[in-house]
Amino acid sequence: MDMHIQYSLFILFLPLLAFLIQIFFGKRLPRQGDWVSISAIFTTLFFALIMFISMLTNYNPDFKQEASFVWLDMGEFQIRLGFLIDNITIIMLLIVALISTCTHIFSIKYLEDDIRYSRYFAYLGLFTFSMNGIVLANNLMSMYMFWELVGVSSYLLIGHWFEKKSAANASKKAFLTNRVGDIGFFIGIMLIYNAVGSFAFSDVFSGVSSGLIAGTTLTIAGLGLFMGAMGKSSQFPLHIWLPDAMEGPTPVSALMHAATMVAAGVYLSVRIFPILTPDALLLVAYVGGFTAFFAASIAITQSDIKKVLAYSTVSQLGYMILAVGTGVYTAAFFHLLTHAMFKANLFYGSGSVIHSMHHALHKKHDHHTDPQDMNNMGGFKDKMPITYWSMLLSTMAIAGVPIFSGFLSKDAILAGTLSFAQHNPQHFLLAIFGFGAAAITAFYMFRMMFLTFHGNPKIPDLIDDIHESPKEMTGPLILLGGLSFFIWYTLPNYNPFSTYGWFTDLVKPMNAVVPGNMTAEEIEAGAHHAHYLAMYVSIGVAAFGIFLSWLFYIKKGLSAEVWAKRWGFLYDWSINKYYFDENYDKYIYQPTLRLAEKIAWIDWELYDKYFINGFGRLINWVSKISGKIDYDFIDQIIVDGTGKAASLFGRTFKKIQTGKLQNYVLYVTAGVIILMVIQSF
Amino acid sequence: MDYILSLLIWLPIIGMIVVAIIPREKEESIRITAAVTTGIQFLLTLILWYDFDSQDGSMQFKEWAEWIPSFNIAYHLGVDGLSLPMVVLTGLLFFIGVFVSWNIKKAVKGYFALFLLLNTGVMGVFLSLDFFLFYIFWEVMLLPMYFLIGMWGGPQREYAAIKFFLYTLFGSVLMLVGILGLYFACGKTFDILELTRIAPLALDGMLWWGISAIKVIWVLLFIGFAIKVPVFPFHTWLPLAHVEAPTAISVLLAGILLKLGVYGIIRVNYGLMPDGVYWFSTALAFLGLINVVWGGLCALAQKDLKKLVAYSSVNHMGYSLIGMAAVVAAGEANGLNMKAAQAGLGGAVFQMFNHGTISAMLFILVGVIYERAHHREIEGFGGLASQMPVYTGITAVAFFAGLGLPGLSGFISEAMCFIGAFPVFKGIVIASTIGILLNAAYFLWAFQRIFFGELNDKYSDLPEINKLELFTVIPLLLITLFFGIYPSPYLDIISSTMDSIINHVISLSTYASM
Repeated sequence: MDMHIQYSLFILFLPLLAFLIQIFFGKRLPRQGDWVSISAIFTTLFFALIMFISMLTNYNPDFKQEASFVWLDMGEFQIRLGFLIDNITIIMLLIVALISTCTHIFSIKYLEDDIRYSRYFAYLGLFTFSMNGIVLANNLMSMYMFWELVGVSSYLLIGHWFEKKSAANASKKAFLTNRVGDIGFFIGIMLIYNAVGSFAFSDVFSGVSSGLIAGTTLTIAGLGLFMGAMGKSSQFPLHIWLPDAMEGPTPVSALMHAATMVAAGVYLSVRIFPILTPDALLLVAYVGGFTAFFAASIAITQSDIKKVLAYSTVSQLGYMILAVGTGVYTAAFFHLLTHAMFKANLFYGSGSVIHSMHHALHKKHDHHTDPQDMNNMGGFKDKMPITYWSMLLSTMAIAGVPIFSGFLSKDAILAGTLSFAQHNPQHFLLAIFGFGAAAITAFYMFRMMFLTFHGNPKIPDLIDDIHESPKEMTGPLILLGGLSFFIWYTLPNYNPFSTYGWFTDLVKPMNAVVPGNMTAEEIEAGAHHAHYLAMYVSIGVAAFGIFLSWLFYIKKGLSAEVWAKRWGFLYDWSINKYYFDENYDKYIYQPTLRLAEKIAWIDWELYDKYFINGFGRLINWVSKISGKIDYDFIDQIIVDGTGKAASLFGRTFKKIQTGKLQNYVLYVTAGVIILMVIQSF
Repeated sequence: MDYILSLLIWLPIIGMIVVAIIPREKEESIRITAAVTTGIQFLLTLILWYDFDSQDGSMQFKEWAEWIPSFNIAYHLGVDGLSLPMVVLTGLLFFIGVFVSWNIKKAVKGYFALFLLLNTGVMGVFLSLDFFLFYIFWEVMLLPMYFLIGMWGGPQREYAAIKFFLYTLFGSVLMLVGILGLYFACGKTFDILELTRIAPLALDGMLWWGISAIKVIWVLLFIGFAIKVPVFPFHTWLPLAHVEAPTAISVLLAGILLKLGVYGIIRVNYGLMPDGVYWFSTALAFLGLINVVWGGLCALAQKDLKKLVAYSSVNHMGYSLIGMAAVVAAGEANGLNMKAAQAGLGGAVFQMFNHGTISAMLFILVGVIYERAHHREIEGFGGLASQMPVYTGITAVAFFAGLGLPGLSGFISEAMCFIGAFPVFKGIVIASTIGILLNAAYFLWAFQRIFFGELNDKYSDLPEINKLELFTVIPLLLITLFFGIYPSPYLDIISSTMDSIINHVISLSTYASM
């Protein structure tokens, strides 16, 4: 067996093993077995690193390994499961292993004393297993299966503190919203399988290029699959679950709801890019672009530090989807990579702050103050220097400041978008979404930093109890803070303004297999052409956003309150998230529940009680009448009047008129049989 | 092992006689007798599984003896890939059912005697190859079921029992008419194998009162079986019977008795009237859609947990119906799509088994909580996860199995049903994928209300699920997990038989002339 396949098997199944050990024996093991999960995840990281290093040493952009086996066999109908390992897979495996490892380490202290400590680590293992399953899948069916399993681990971890109603609600909402997307995903799979007769990506690609599925059907199939991505990557209008998912423990938010799981939708879009038709791509681009802008506009007014980051994640995922839609899908994957590092770090940072707040509040026996509300923070900079500097690096990365990773990846996306808008001027809106979101992102991220770490503490007597977090938590912060610099993603090149490096060498865009789509060269040439303009504009808007943020929250040259009033209705929309939850509740959930109740009432009270039972009553009534006729009329008048022999006949006849339903049915039956017998001779 | 099938059928009768002899005070002996009887029967079904030749798509272990020669009635038994898994499931669920019934207090002797009689009836239906015998066993099931619900059930047990009885009897009578119609139209034989050969040709073009005989018989038999499935609109007996029946009887009802309907449709309607399959397939898929949506919506609105699970059966059997309809995909008119036909029919048959294990598990779990809290109001619980972690974990797996989570068996069969039916019934399948969402919605919502939130103080001393209960539910859980990860052993057993059913339907249908 090939080394890559072997290592992948380890990477896939070790976390599952840890899950099984933890779920059955975790509580009885010393330290509740966290070391089991941690050693498993470190081994996974080790194998992922070896694969990554071998990728770098081989430096082969066309590297590809595939292995599969027949899982289900009905003769002609078969489902094969298998691995597809190329450079994208290897990079993704490393992302998952690295962030998962950091999350494990970070959680040791963050969830210390938690009542379900071993359970928590078990679920982390289940998640890592499922996520790696998605990453390694070589076909749509296994991807769908792991896709759902990821949904379950997310359900379990969001609901980790299920005693809280909000957490229980959030976990259910996450699962159900994802299922809406999965319906589309499954319909897409059926459409493709129906045409191509296989689930494997390679067969699907060759099937599409040979025209087995084309035109509108292909567009619908592609959009169906994309609907799955919309659910998982929290794209408008299925974005509602991700902010609520922040009810889960913060390290989980870093791992799943920022870096990896929500990126699965982007990963799927990257994988299926070659079969998306121009129409499908256009819709994808609009969904992504709109989500990027729309979510950013919500993040701007949130005061819960995790909510800011959550909407920022939605917005950044929108960027990636926008990149897929405009054709620069390797840029989407590049942003997935850099975003995973800096966004996970931002969540760890927020976790560090919340942890510290929590302990400070606990010390004062204050259980009412919200430890996540930035209105209760301020001035933490000197108290938590590692957290501050680490978060600052990542904030620069997400805001798109040069020499940081996010600048490069965002620039690549914006160049692609700009080029798309230049070629299709009617879609100039996409470019506006892209650059607009970039400006807003820079603004709200620095707003978050300023509110949390700068200025005067808003609760002055709390500040003395705010301390830097223990090294289990600062360790990941230092590592990922460092990974916010551009250099890690462009080696062996040192130019901070060029994405060129190992990534662009090893992840080459593939041509679409849909006949008539733009080729990879054409797309790349366009993006290259738009590159400089995009870069200047994006640096400009980022600088503008940061400056404005500084003006509002440090210099106080502009008052946030006054501006909030001045733009009253916009502010109101933003802080209330455009009332999506309220409207979904009013126009979707409640009507569905009312419909269900109506249907159940019809079924039980109306149909069953009146129709079915009425049927019984009718027969009862008929039998009573016939009994009456039988006795009063036949027996009393006719029979009694025609002598003894006839009376005997009557009594016999009366016996079978028992009024029992069974008998009547039997007589009817007998009649039918006789008729049938007559007919068949 | 020449008479293994007879042994399977009559062993419970022997057990019943032993139970009848044991004095009524010796309750422990009665229970043990029932356990031993069903235990041996279960072992025999496993031996049958082991000895079964999965390459052979025809009847195996056949037994034949003359019975009433003047009417051409014979004692004819056999097993193939369609009935074998059902036979094993019957063995398993009756064995488990004894332990689920272990705490029955009232009239133990009568209970187990009827329980074993029911066992004979069910086994007999699955193994009969003579229509007359089939019908006798079909009716034999009815009687013990009536008493088991009517005497050992909940507060409304009598109403539920009579309703169940009349509903099913109505179906039986239609079925009897259908059977007799076949008997006279096809050269006076009750032999199912022979009818499978003769009927498609004999009925071809035959008209009764100007209507095609195939249509008449198809509808008569279909209604008879549809009541058992239950297919909308013949389903309203089910929630009532389930709510009132004691736990073990609910387990058997959902686990096996409902499967008799699907089994009957495939064995009889598909085997004897291939033309009817074509004629009816769209209606079948459409009824499946209604079952999925109607059952799902009703389940969503339920306040009683057991009723929710009962409606989930309506919902889940809908997938089976959709899958069954896919057989026509292999026909010429639909492009000889053997892949789809195999996926659909295989999925439908797999779904029967999976729903058998999953719903049995669900009913046992409902019984566990009812035993402790003495009510089943979903809203009346809350926070049980912190009080009963093991019970919560098992219920979570069962609920996730119910909502079709990959890795658990229900997903595979549902997916196969969808994939199989898709090429022919695109609109219906797309509409019924809403079931993917509905299933998740009603299960997760119920789960949240029962297990999440702060613990209801009333239940702060609720005991954890005990060893006996674990013993009844763990095997089902393992099966669900095993076939969810590795479905091949099951599909290997059925696939040859599925192929011969598909080929039979396709090669003998002359729909155009109907």
